[in-house]
Amino acid sequence: MNLFDIVGPVMIGPSSSHTAGACRLGLLAAGILGEHPKKAELVLHGSFARTYKGHGTDRALLAGLMGWQPDDARIPCALELAREAGMEFSFTPGDLGSMAHPNSVLFRLTGAGGNTCEVIGASIGGGQIQVTNVDGFPVELNGVLPALFVPHRDEPGVIALVSTILAQKRINIASMRVFREGKGETASMVIECDQPVPPEVVRSLEGLAPVKLVRFVDRVS
Amino acid sequence: MKKDKLSWAQLVREAEKKNLPLIDYLLERSAAQLETDRASILAKMETMLQVMEEAVAFGLTGVKSNSGLTGGSGKKLKEYIDSQETGKKGLLGSVVGTAVTCALAAAEANAAMGRIVAAPTAGASGILPGVLMSVQQHCGVPRDKLVEGLVVAGVIGEVIANRASIAGATGGCQAECGSGAAMAAGAVVYMLGGNGKQIGDAVSIVFKNMLGLVCDPVAGLVEVPCIKRNAGSVAQCFLAAEMALAGIGSFIPADEAIDAMDKVGRALPHGLRETAEGGLAMTPTARAWSENYFKGIRG
Repeated sequence: MNLFDIVGPVMIGPSSSHTAGACRLGLLAAGILGEHPKKAELVLHGSFARTYKGHGTDRALLAGLMGWQPDDARIPCALELAREAGMEFSFTPGDLGSMAHPNSVLFRLTGAGGNTCEVIGASIGGGQIQVTNVDGFPVELNGVLPALFVPHRDEPGVIALVSTILAQKRINIASMRVFREGKGETASMVIECDQPVPPEVVRSLEGLAPVKLVRFVDRVS
Repeated sequence: MKKDKLSWAQLVREAEKKNLPLIDYLLERSAAQLETDRASILAKMETMLQVMEEAVAFGLTGVKSNSGLTGGSGKKLKEYIDSQETGKKGLLGSVVGTAVTCALAAAEANAAMGRIVAAPTAGASGILPGVLMSVQQHCGVPRDKLVEGLVVAGVIGEVIANRASIAGATGGCQAECGSGAAMAAGAVVYMLGGNGKQIGDAVSIVFKNMLGLVCDPVAGLVEVPCIKRNAGSVAQCFLAAEMALAGIGSFIPADEAIDAMDKVGRALPHGLRETAEGGLAMTPTARAWSENYFKGIRG
């Protein structure tokens, strides 16, 4: 931790995990959706389900989905402002399984342009977050670095194709994880990069035959 | 290779070795770490100080929390102290009285979804604002010194986070409010002219008096007892700072006191580390209130 991790961040209270971390989860989930969400069904698990009203977790999650930062003074009014903006949303206490972190949330999102995604994430303390599942794929995303989420058909050479394009654009890969449903079935790559990935690079990745979808998820401050 | 743990004693020695005033060395070190310069760090700290002041002002309006459980105590204490006859400043005296008032206000601003600086955490975010605002008002400490004090506090927090933890879920309230009080005590000693060793003494004395403090929030909310623990931590901060400034040393060095805090925190049962399953959170009054509150959420 550095000086401003200790004296900081500036945030809307009352809880770094249940408020600031919740807002960051919303930001990351909206980033994965890739557009402004117009419908959001949220399932809250564990401590999130028990204490979300007192901690303003619901408002902070919505604020993040609307692209607001954890220190945005509008967070206390996020429910009203989201409604005014025509966003549909619901919060349901639920059970995401015994393996889920106590501060977990499932987002079911629909975007203004028709994108959909399902994201499971947790606020793991001190405002730090971890997204563990996107559309059924196990992933590890924490919003610290810009990242690419790339579902693709499992076949030889896909990783090389993707990494070659990134290398040509001088984008350095900080970490890479690959998961697959089964041999030859759908797989997914999560690539954390040292640089943001510009839209034209995302488009050329989308042009690769085995690639089904490319989402650039920027870092969450 | 395993990196050496951060050490307050080592930081003080490094400054001496480089023949730099402690604050210059600490700023140089942070500037290198953050890839920025001294002026930018001080400017950013100044904005932190401003947010702290705004939080206190918001809290002093008497805000209530969402749950309705807490609020208004900073305002009440201020009115009580102000109502005393001239010359009388209440039992706490002007320095501690103002600091406790402002700490309550900032902690209540946090509970009411106000904008705060997590320093070191949101739950302990009343201590530094309370202490700094009072020292500014009553001890004639100029603004730039106050900002430097915040830097000293931040570096102490870095040492604590590196050797132990600043999270209640890991180390109990001693790790949150205890760390906040230790950081603030070090800042006070620095601002009032104490040296690096005296800053370490103050840190150590705070942990001596706050070791073992559990984290037992009613219904898991950052309200009861968190807000009053911020107030109590302010008193511990001034107690330690005054002793250290008087030259009363601490037999146990700061780094070792922090290590002891870490060990005690790990030994605390799960129910006393922010789970709301022990301590005050399990008293009949707390349980009755929580049951009602959770019914309200589900209903």
